Amino acid sequence: MVKKLITQDTRMFLTGNEVIAYAANAAEAEFMYGYPITPQNEIMHTWCKLLPKTEAGFLQTEDEISAGFSTLGGILAGKRAFTATAGPGNVIMQDAQSMAEMMRLPFVCAVMQRGGPSTATVIYAQQETRLTCFGGNGEGFRIVYSTAGHQDLYDYMIKAFNTAWKYRFPTYMLADGYQGKMREPVTLYDPASRGISMVPTEAFLRAEGKIGVDRDATHLRNTFNLEEELMEHLDVYKEEYERISPEIEEYFEYKAEDAEVLVIAHGIVARSAVTAIDELRAKGIKAGLFRPITIRPLPVNPMRAAVKRAKQVLFTESANGQLAQMCLEKLYGLTTPYSTLFKMGVGVTGDDIVSKVEAMVKEPATV
Amino acid sequence: MANVLEVKPDLAQAQCAEVGASKFCPGCGHGTILKTLAQVIDELNLNERAVFGCDIGCSLLSWNYMNIDTVQTHHGRTTPVIYGVTRANPGTVGIAYMGDGGGLAIGSQHLVNASVRGENMLILLANNTNYGMTGGQMSPTTMPGQVTETTPYGRDCSITGKPAKGAEMIAAIADPEKSYVARSTMGNVRGLKKVLKAALENVANGGFSFVEVLSVCPNNWRTNNIKTLERLKEMEEFFEVKEFITPAKKEEV
Repeated sequence: MVKKLITQDTRMFLTGNEVIAYAANAAEAEFMYGYPITPQNEIMHTWCKLLPKTEAGFLQTEDEISAGFSTLGGILAGKRAFTATAGPGNVIMQDAQSMAEMMRLPFVCAVMQRGGPSTATVIYAQQETRLTCFGGNGEGFRIVYSTAGHQDLYDYMIKAFNTAWKYRFPTYMLADGYQGKMREPVTLYDPASRGISMVPTEAFLRAEGKIGVDRDATHLRNTFNLEEELMEHLDVYKEEYERISPEIEEYFEYKAEDAEVLVIAHGIVARSAVTAIDELRAKGIKAGLFRPITIRPLPVNPMRAAVKRAKQVLFTESANGQLAQMCLEKLYGLTTPYSTLFKMGVGVTGDDIVSKVEAMVKEPATV
Repeated sequence: MANVLEVKPDLAQAQCAEVGASKFCPGCGHGTILKTLAQVIDELNLNERAVFGCDIGCSLLSWNYMNIDTVQTHHGRTTPVIYGVTRANPGTVGIAYMGDGGGLAIGSQHLVNASVRGENMLILLANNTNYGMTGGQMSPTTMPGQVTETTPYGRDCSITGKPAKGAEMIAAIADPEKSYVARSTMGNVRGLKKVLKAALENVANGGFSFVEVLSVCPNNWRTNNIKTLERLKEMEEFFEVKEFITPAKKEEV
């Protein structure tokens, strides 16, 4: 049993990466497997620095392939294990992530996005949105929370463990290097003080009982002999995923009720949008925000309702429309025109959004 | 005659009775290696402590072969899954089972690093000098001149480099204080049993073990019984069969 460091509400001024390590401890995470890649390194650094106090475990692996698969090993052993990665590390970790998806293992990963494709930049982007939601050779039966600040990082890292262990779909906290490296005030708390109890873990391998006496030997596999056998499994996954989606979906609206121009953004870009909306409202422009917090599954019904109410929609991202593509598919049939503000691998500022929305008011979108 | 056919094979407790004696191609070496492994697990009474991981390739067919807790993983990834288990649950006797492709090609970085770190596990590598499941391509251990689907005129080492010698490589990098490294052969089952016993004892005592077993693939080699065993003899000459590191022997020195 790990020792929890936060036993009462504690206000701290931390980087996001530090917050994530504290959150994992608050969630009673027992083991981290990791490999260095910027901008997520300080999650490992903090986790390691705290080890004498937390009595948790850590293994620095030889690469992200190993970090992903050894995390699965830790989970199979029944531990609340996790990893963190970014960029090219997230790419090669997809191998393990698809195994988690197929075997319904409660894999938890913090993804701190950096620029792409390839090595690109080490600081910031929103270009792992599609990869994190739909990476691997599968169907994207995954749950992805996109955070917009340090309190989110703490709240959703704790939540990610419970979501993963309750529903048994791989669960991600998708953030970015800005959130990882930036310092902000944040309230750390014991989840129990908020009425959150951690979902108990269980060993998939070496469970209790003698083989052949109390139980059969466990044989876990991710390979099937027949196409139909595979589809039978995946049909069940799909049905479960769709059934639980309404319980999982989360979103945040800001002045969206009467918005004529609705900004759709996720993660830290949604924070820029909030400042932009206040500025636009002061200028008499009715702007609002719809921010999906779960970008997989997307909160489709509330998003459709908000889009239907608006006269125009603006999709803005630090990517070339990775979220927009996912949303547009779900908005099929609606006729609200939209425009885009995409800055690939570059931060979107409040000023960027103000200028864009003002231009949209002058010359409405036609798409 | 009917009665003879109904006689069930005498399987070790650690082998799955429902699956039976073999689910591999006729003449394949996996059955012999796994049967011996199961006997050793029984003898050392490790049935409850053992966790068996299998790779992709023919070795994946062992996913329900052993009557111990088993996880089938991805190609080359059995090593990290198993040390992930043993790191998180010390006391587990982790066994990662793979072929020469899974161990020495696609999973070689895990093999190297697990050996250097002295992960508490047995890496058991069946070397049949080709990729069996995918139809018999050249593997790192394909013998010089050996015909495979991707060396149809024989392995030309001036182009492909020389065959990988797994046990020698691991012996050179593993921590001699806590490692057991050996190459054995299915041509000598008694010897194989001795090696597997020493390897698992070392793991049960917290050490790292690597065992490469020379094996056969008559299906892809396209060899009959006589030729198969002749090929195995050639392999035993090319790949030295011996214990490279034994913690016990070290104490004697």
